[in-house]
Amino acid sequence: MLWLLFFLVTAIHAELCQPDAENAFKVRLSIRTALGDKAYVWDTNEEYLFKAMVAFSMRKVPNRERTEISHVLLCNVTQRVSFWFVVTDPSKTHTIPAVEVQSAIRMNRNRINNAFFLNDQTLEFLKIPSTLAPPTDPPVPIWIIIFGVIFCIVIVAIMLLVLSGIRQRRRKNTGPSEVDDIEDKCENTVTIENGIPCDPLDTKRGHANDAFMTEDERLTPL
Amino acid sequence: MRPGAMSPGDPLVSTCKHQAPDSSQQISGLEEYSVALDNDEAAEIPEPSGPGPDQSRAIETEDGMWVLAEGLGEQGVEEGNQGAWNSGSFLVPYIIMLIVEGMPLLYLELAVGQRMRQGSIGAWRAISPYLSGVGVASVVVSFFLSMYYNVINAWAFWYLFHSFQDPLPWSVCPLNSNLTGYNEECEKASSTQYFWYRQTLNISPSIQDNGGVQWEPALCLILAWLVVYLCILRGTESTGKVVYFTALMPYCVLIIYLIRGLTLHGATNGLMYMFTPKMEQLANPKAWINAATQIFFSLGLGFGSLIAFASYNEPSNDCQKHAIIVSLINSSTSIFASIVTFSIYGFKATFNYETCLSKVILLLTNSFDLEDGFLTTSNLEQVKDYLASSYPSKYSEVLPHIRNCSLESELDTAVQGTGLAFIVYTEAIKNMEVSQLWSVLYFFMLLMLGIGSMLGNTAAILTPLTDSKVISRHLPKEAISGLVCLINCAIGMVFTMEAGNYWFDIFNDYAATLSLLLIVLVETVAVCYVYGLRRFESDLKAMTGRALSWYWKVMWAGVSPLLIVSLFLFYLSDYILTGTLQYQAWDASQGQLVTKDYPAYALAVIALLVASSAMCIPLVALGTFVSRRLKKGDTAPVA
Repeated sequence: MLWLLFFLVTAIHAELCQPDAENAFKVRLSIRTALGDKAYVWDTNEEYLFKAMVAFSMRKVPNRERTEISHVLLCNVTQRVSFWFVVTDPSKTHTIPAVEVQSAIRMNRNRINNAFFLNDQTLEFLKIPSTLAPPTDPPVPIWIIIFGVIFCIVIVAIMLLVLSGIRQRRRKNTGPSEVDDIEDKCENTVTIENGIPCDPLDTKRGHANDAFMTEDERLTPL
Repeated sequence: MRPGAMSPGDPLVSTCKHQAPDSSQQISGLEEYSVALDNDEAAEIPEPSGPGPDQSRAIETEDGMWVLAEGLGEQGVEEGNQGAWNSGSFLVPYIIMLIVEGMPLLYLELAVGQRMRQGSIGAWRAISPYLSGVGVASVVVSFFLSMYYNVINAWAFWYLFHSFQDPLPWSVCPLNSNLTGYNEECEKASSTQYFWYRQTLNISPSIQDNGGVQWEPALCLILAWLVVYLCILRGTESTGKVVYFTALMPYCVLIIYLIRGLTLHGATNGLMYMFTPKMEQLANPKAWINAATQIFFSLGLGFGSLIAFASYNEPSNDCQKHAIIVSLINSSTSIFASIVTFSIYGFKATFNYETCLSKVILLLTNSFDLEDGFLTTSNLEQVKDYLASSYPSKYSEVLPHIRNCSLESELDTAVQGTGLAFIVYTEAIKNMEVSQLWSVLYFFMLLMLGIGSMLGNTAAILTPLTDSKVISRHLPKEAISGLVCLINCAIGMVFTMEAGNYWFDIFNDYAATLSLLLIVLVETVAVCYVYGLRRFESDLKAMTGRALSWYWKVMWAGVSPLLIVSLFLFYLSDYILTGTLQYQAWDASQGQLVTKDYPAYALAVIALLVASSAMCIPLVALGTFVSRRLKKGDTAPVA
């Protein structure tokens, strides 16, 4: 009698968990790709852990707090490693709708990944899309900050150069007029003091310094 | 002599203290000679009796000329990277074209500048008054070049500012709206292409859809023009010092990149590809045409800047030695840069090839539920055969999805246009460790090269403007430079529109290429046949004291003009054969480039670009002829 019951149960289980069964999901693991030399072997203990993680995820769903590890059924484990799983209700006759399982897995994806040292790409739940992390956007884009800094530096440098150029030109503008005056003054042999033509100075009231007067002879006539 | 102009013999110098004449006075002194030349006696070229350039400035301009040539060479490297070198067997045609075309024409321009001792407009007027249009055409070409070239600097700024993020923005695709996958356009293309076409350019599907001005590239363009203005503000003296920095700094970065590039995985694939000549490609004339054009632009022939620089040299300067040294430095820079380029290219190709292989492996592993890690690159082929034989039906289902990965095809992929510099390099950089550092270094180097080229160009435009007494009397030097930068910036806003990159390609392909060929052809013919090769030879001998070797004579009189004419004929026949001109447009739905025809008004713009510089030569000749006739008509009745 017991054997009959056992066969019945396994038959039902086999029906519930099949590839492409209703509410069944395929899982694919790429342990060696993820961990390389530190890859662990996939055995029944790992399967037990997987069942525990799925049960844990289901227990977080309201109305499903009574989910036990024995309610999660695994089948068709291949060498890949890949398998199918379903979650049954406490009566073990029906499977929980795919939508609930999907939302439960999505909520706890991170925990499941971490339990196996894998990530979304190496522990794949086919037909359950993972939520991708949005890129963190700083309030002000970084490039504008750098742009602003360099822009200000360049503007300041331009201002400095332009202002110094204007100042230089102003100095030069008073210079050439002195040049012309000096040319005439040299011809007229009038003394120069500090580049200021002496003509505006009133020679009558001014004091003519003899030491400078003798310099006229050094000027060669044009 | 004009009052105020100084000469060393002037007795006033010793007693009355004056400021030393600065270069602007010197140039205006030279301007006087060109004014004097207008009075019929163009054949007699008076020896400049003004103050000769002092030795220190001559050395500075010699070095300035070298760094200008290097800077132009690196610009040519950049342009060469933009598609002329998508074959690996460019070395042989490049070196041959350098010896046959590059060195003779460079020597010619330097000799003309040194002999005539004037900028490009005055120098050609000295050779023959009918030919001053050549100088004008050079200035027009430089004007067009400066209009569009700074946009490259704007893009380089954009990428540089974006390099300070982790992860690099072009290494990951942005997510779509419901955060379940990546952006569709980005999936179809690659993340680097998406960043270039969508986030940098925001390109429209065709040249007709203009779109509006994008404020981000516009800001970068304004910044680029401000930086150029800062460098040329003070005139040629300050430009010379800046050019030192902008031409030498890229060498440092290139060396760092060389070391990094050669240690990359897969670099040797790229280098082997570069150094193995492919016979069938050598037989294709297009490789030779590309090499010839490449030499042209990398040496900066026909822009007038070489003549301007050489005019500051001492008459006894050995310009032949300079020409050879400059062209050798230039080409070794190009080859050096191409080694770096090809090693990075090889890294990128190897990386893509290995990614393709791992995708195939993953596909097969998943479809057949093989053990993870069982399939490797070494046993892939055997396992594929085994699977094909054991599970034929399932294999035939999977077969269409399996891509044939080939390293050769990855190396052969050519990217057209400026996209090469931005897409290919960023794709390679994002796979390196510490990619932010390499990215910053690379775009900084690109900026230095670009700004160096811009300085040369704007100097070529500004020199005639500041020399002309009409303008310089009313406006100071800073205002003229500012005005030129402002006008160019305003016109450059066209290239920041959504369709701006298509207009940029138009300018890039047509503004300079044909006109420069024509200018150099006219230059060579003018020196050899109008001025007289024997006369020029004797002038050079009197000036430098060295006889002209037969090699240069043969090149100038025969080979180079023939070569340029054949280049012309090739371009014309290419155009006639293909019928209409086409361009590559980015299709966002497919995620790749498609070929489209230019609309009528774009063709009109192209024709205008080429004609406006080429027509300068005959128009000015005609104008001079007419004005001389009128003058002769005026003077005849009096006499």
